[in-house]
Amino acid sequence: MTQSDPILQLIGVSKIFAGTQALRNVTISVRPGAVLCLLGDNGAGKSTLIKILSGVHPPSAGAMLVDGVETRFSSPREARAKGVATVHQDVGAIPLMSVTRNFFLGAEPTRGWGPFRLFDSSAAAVAALAAIREFGLTRVTDGEQLVGTLSGGERQALSIARAMYFGARVLILDEPTSALGVKEAAKVLSLVKAARTRGIGIVFITHNARHAMAIGDDFVVLNQGAVAASFRRGEKTREEVLDLMAGGDGSEPRPDLEDDA
Amino acid sequence: MFAASFVYLFFAVCAWRAGFVSLNGTAAWLDTSAEVGIVALAVGLLMIAGEFDLSIGSVIGATSILFAIGTNHYQMNPWIMLAMCFALGAVTGLVNGAITVKTRLPSFIVTLATNYALIGAALGFSRLLTNTTSSSIQTTPGVELLFGSQWGQANVAVLWWLALTVVATIVLWRTPFGNWVYATGGNESAARGAGVPTGFVKIVLFIVTSLTATLLGVIQAVEFHSGNAANGQGYVFEAPIVAVIGGVLLGGGYGSPLGVFFGSIIFGVITVGIFYAGWNTDWLMLFLGALLLAAVLANSYFRRLALSEG
Ligand SMILES: Nc1ncnc2c1ncn2[C@@H]1O[C@H](COP(=O)(O)OP(=O)(O)OP(=O)(O)O)[C@@H](O)[C@H]1O
Ligand SMILES: [Mg+2]
Repeated sequence: MTQSDPILQLIGVSKIFAGTQALRNVTISVRPGAVLCLLGDNGAGKSTLIKILSGVHPPSAGAMLVDGVETRFSSPREARAKGVATVHQDVGAIPLMSVTRNFFLGAEPTRGWGPFRLFDSSAAAVAALAAIREFGLTRVTDGEQLVGTLSGGERQALSIARAMYFGARVLILDEPTSALGVKEAAKVLSLVKAARTRGIGIVFITHNARHAMAIGDDFVVLNQGAVAASFRRGEKTREEVLDLMAGGDGSEPRPDLEDDA
Repeated sequence: MFAASFVYLFFAVCAWRAGFVSLNGTAAWLDTSAEVGIVALAVGLLMIAGEFDLSIGSVIGATSILFAIGTNHYQMNPWIMLAMCFALGAVTGLVNGAITVKTRLPSFIVTLATNYALIGAALGFSRLLTNTTSSSIQTTPGVELLFGSQWGQANVAVLWWLALTVVATIVLWRTPFGNWVYATGGNESAARGAGVPTGFVKIVLFIVTSLTATLLGVIQAVEFHSGNAANGQGYVFEAPIVAVIGGVLLGGGYGSPLGVFFGSIIFGVITVGIFYAGWNTDWLMLFLGALLLAAVLANSYFRRLALSEG
């Protein structure tokens, strides 16, 4: 297997929810060390697509391949165990819990034996702080600090560091920059680059064509559940991408459209 | 803790002459604190996980009358009746939890319904079987030792209360399950996303809550040598009040067993203090209401303080 063989692929996937077809015949592939940008208007099916990738929903039709082998995730837990980690739009952080407890939630390290196994909070704090420091979160020096005191970008950094720590090979980010200011968004984009450098395959969902163009290697534009366009970096201009997202065919740039940030 | 010492000092002064600070007075408020504390502890954990349980009242009544009728009317072995009481408690908790988790209805309504259903069933069956809704009990020395021991005025409930507080503290702070409890109440979808079995967490806590109510029902039955199906309704709101006074957030996600412990002390001191001070016990409600309001305001203030970007 070569470096650029896809880690995760969807082939001809459709998803039908009680009458509404959220996805139709979607084919994508996520390569290691590359950022796949998933673009599309509201209701285009982006969230549905990542829910299939992350094991929340099974596809109604079509196949998912991990390392070229057909796979079905029965739960997000199984997806994570196979290296597919998802950071949802609300980041999945729990504000009233400490950084350490958030970091290890659902995978708490324990010490001791049998029913007397206890949460090893000191080891957890050391590991969590080391991991988030690597992702630029140096302001946090006490593992007991509540996550609610972190900024939006810092929470993204925490979630990304967490996914990397637990061995993610594919990292799915649902609109990681949409709620952030310019500076924080730039920081998150640099985190994504750092993850890419380590050979992680990244699925980056966004409304923002500028952010997508800044970071993407591969692009997929969804429109009403179907792939409207699929191309590589440099093959289309920003105007063409904006036109595709708005439901056009991407052939004629529309000067009346401005991106939303 | 500060509030608890303050309330204690207040009544120590007001009710000094009546012997509030005496051995008997202390035992009296400890008993009251312990009995509410046993259920408030579990209700507090459940509230941290984001749910309510109003059915504790009828579990207390139903298990006390079940124990009484079984041992007295049918001459059953008290140990067997004990097992049946705890089984009834566990099933009630399981039903509460399963309905809440499966239907996603607010547990406030679900457990309000089970509270009425269970007390109705307890009253109906006991009248049907024995023609009355209260009955005396039969015990064995072993049962007496576990649930009815007394030292002067102090009741064995105090030991149960202390032990359960220690266990709850360890579970919440030092086990993965404790982490899941906070996460479930703090942000349920995020917790589920991180792989926390939130439904399981809630069902376990509902069962634990009903089991503590059973424990209290049995303790009271043994203490008063009688069971009464209508017992326990006072705890339906007293337990959550105590939890909130003890710092548990109404919306879930925050609180501690130690806080609830001190909340119970405040409750016991006020209840017994008013009695010792010779005031009309009608004032108790006013005190509790004011305290609850103050606690809710303080909790939400501290919450905002804790979350301000530092
Ligand atoms: N659980 C569901 N049941 C029924 N319909 C659903 C469900 N989830 C999504 N849909 C429908 O599927 C379509 C695609 O929704 P989806 O959330 O994937 O869009 P999106 O691209 O993420 O939009 P946004 O940009 O607003 O987040 C919508 O028409 C939506 O109403
Ligand atoms: Mg979406």
